[in-house]
Amino acid sequence: MLRLENVVRIWRGPQEVRALAGVSLEVRPGEFVAVHGPSGCGKTTLLLVAGGLLAPDSGRVEVGGEDLYAISPERRARLRAARVGFVFQQFHLLPYLDVLGNVMAATLGHPTEGAEERARELLGRLGLGPRLRHRPDQLSAGEQQRTALARALLNRPGLLLADEPTGNLDEAAAEEVLRHLEEFARAGGAVLLVTHNPRALARAGRTVRMENGRFL
Amino acid sequence: MRGIITDRMGIFRLVLAEMRYRWGGALLGALSIAVAAGCLIASLALLREHDLVTARILAEKEKDLARRLSVYEDEVRKLTKNMGFNVLILPRETDLARFYAEDSPGATFPEEYAQRLVDSRVVTINHVLPSLQMRVKWPEKDRTVLLMGVRGEVWIKAEGQRPIQEAVAPGEIWLGHELHRGLSLKPGDRVSFMGREFTVGRCRSERGGKDDITVWMNLAEAQELLGLRGRINAILALECNCAAGVDRLGEIRAEMARILPETQVIEFQTQALARAEARSKAAAHAREQIEQERRARRELGRKKEILASVVVPLLWAAGGVWIGFLSLFNVRERRLEIGLLRALGVRTFPILALVLSRAKLVGLGGAVLGLAGGLAAVLLWSPNPEMRQAVAGMIRPGTVLLVLLGAPFLAGISAWIPAVLAARQDPAEVLRNG
Repeated sequence: MLRLENVVRIWRGPQEVRALAGVSLEVRPGEFVAVHGPSGCGKTTLLLVAGGLLAPDSGRVEVGGEDLYAISPERRARLRAARVGFVFQQFHLLPYLDVLGNVMAATLGHPTEGAEERARELLGRLGLGPRLRHRPDQLSAGEQQRTALARALLNRPGLLLADEPTGNLDEAAAEEVLRHLEEFARAGGAVLLVTHNPRALARAGRTVRMENGRFL
Repeated sequence: MRGIITDRMGIFRLVLAEMRYRWGGALLGALSIAVAAGCLIASLALLREHDLVTARILAEKEKDLARRLSVYEDEVRKLTKNMGFNVLILPRETDLARFYAEDSPGATFPEEYAQRLVDSRVVTINHVLPSLQMRVKWPEKDRTVLLMGVRGEVWIKAEGQRPIQEAVAPGEIWLGHELHRGLSLKPGDRVSFMGREFTVGRCRSERGGKDDITVWMNLAEAQELLGLRGRINAILALECNCAAGVDRLGEIRAEMARILPETQVIEFQTQALARAEARSKAAAHAREQIEQERRARRELGRKKEILASVVVPLLWAAGGVWIGFLSLFNVRERRLEIGLLRALGVRTFPILALVLSRAKLVGLGGAVLGLAGGLAAVLLWSPNPEMRQAVAGMIRPGTVLLVLLGAPFLAGISAWIPAVLAARQDPAEVLRNG
C-alpha cells in the first residue's frame, strides 16, 4: 500500500538537517507498522512525505502503486483524500463543527455516496453515537481523538497515517484508539504509526526504530 | 453544527458555520462595509432630496411671484386710480408731428392762460409750469440749441407748496450738460447769447436727452429775445384730477378746452406706462431673486456632490482595506484548519473559495445593513416629503443591485491576497509545527 524508496528530505535553514536520510519502507495492506525514536529523528517528516504533503528531495514514494510526487498537486490531493487518512496528536478538529460535521469534513476533498450514513455508523462504532451534536470543546480528549479517527476513516482509505495519536490521551482512551487502529489493519488497511508509547509499540505488527533520519 | 447532515459537506456551509463561530470578526467587517454602503446610499438620497427641494422651492417662488405680481398690479391700479394726470397744454394750431420732431410748438398763446388755469378751480392741479420753448441758433457759438424760457411755477397754494421748477433769475442762463461741457463754460462765466450778455447761473448734469442741449433763461428775457412779449407756447400741468367720472382724462381735456380756448391738451406720461414700468421692474427684481436662489442652490448641490465624491470612495477604500486586514487575520488564525483541510485533500480552488466566500458574505451582510441603515438614517435626519420621495427612488432594482453586488465584489477583491496566501500555505509546515 505504501512504499518509500531511498527517500531523502533535508530541512534547509541556518543549519541544514537531514530529516530523512535515504529511508526505504514498505507497509502492506493489513500491516500495522509503528515507527519510534527520539524527538527530532524525522518521524513526523516521514508521515508528511508518506501522505503526499511534503515532497522529498529525492527518492520515490508510492501509495497504492502510484508515484505520489510524479503527479500534479491537484491529483495528489485527490489521491490523498481518497486513499490516505491522517490522525494527529493534536486532533485538529474544526471548533465550529459538531462531531458529525467534523467527520463529514472529510467529504470536502472526496465526496462519496452515503457519506453521512457511514459517518453515523463509524461514530456509533467508536462509541460517539450520543455525541453527534457536540462540539469539540464539549468532548473529552479521547472522544476528540475518536472523532478525528472517524474522519480519517470516512473515505475508506487504504492507508492510515497516525502521528502520536495517543500522545494526549489517558491510558484507557489510548487503548481504545489503538484497538481501532488494530481493527483497521485487520480489515485490510495499512497503518503507519509514529509513537513514543510502549503500549502502542507492543500492539504494532512491526516496529521500526529511527534515529537521525535513518531506520536502524 | 446543525443543518449539515447531507452526503457532502460544502464550502458554503463550512463558511457559514465558521462565521457564526467567529462572529465578532465577521460583524466588524460587515459594519465597515455597512458604513461605506450606508454613506453611498445616504449621499445619493441627500443629493436627490436636494434636487427635489430645489425644484419645490423654485416652483413655490415662481408661483409666489405670479401671485405677488397679480396683487401688485391690482394695488398699483388701485393706487393710480385717484392719481392725477400730467398734461401738456399746447396751442391748438400746433402740429404734434412737427412738435415732436422739432421741440417747438410753432404757435403761441397768451401767458395769462397759466393764471387763468389756476384760477378756474374746475380742475385740481398741483403744479402749473408755463414756458416758451423754441429751437434756435446760438449765433455766437454756432450751435443749434433748445431755448426754454421759464418763470417757475404759477403759485397755486401759497403755503406748504414745494415748487418742482425754479425760476431762472433775469440776466442768467442755465446750460445743459452737452453745452457747458462742449463750450467749456462754468457757473459765473459771462457769455453772449443772441446778442445779449448773460451770466452762466448753473451747469446741469447729464440727463441723456434734449435737456443736454437746452438753454434755460428767464421767461421775460426769452420772450424779448424771440419778439414774443407776453406769449408762451406750452403749459405743463402736473397732477391734474377731477372730482369723479370714469373717463377722467376726457373730462379734464373738455374742461381745459372750455377754460383755455385755442389750446389742445395731450397726456404727458400715461398711468398705464407707469404701471407697466413698475410691474416690469418688480418682476425683474423678483426673477433676479429666483435666479439667485437657483444659482445658490445649484452651487450648494455642487459642493455636496464634490464632498460625496470624495468621502464615499474614501469610505469604500477604507472598508476594502479593513476587510482585507480582517481576512488576513482570519487566515492567520485558521492556519491549522487550512493545513488540515489540505491534508484532507481539499484542493486550491476550494481554499480560495473558503476565504473569498466569507469576505463576500461579510460584504453582502454589510451592504444589506448599510442599505437599510443609510436610508433609515436620512429619513430620520430629514423627515420631509422630498426625502421620502428620494428614498423611494433609491429602492429600485438598479440601485439595490449595485450596492448588493458591489459590496461583495469589493470585499472579494480585498480578500484576494489573504485568499491566495491561504491557498499557498504549506500544510506540512503548519502540521509539523503544530
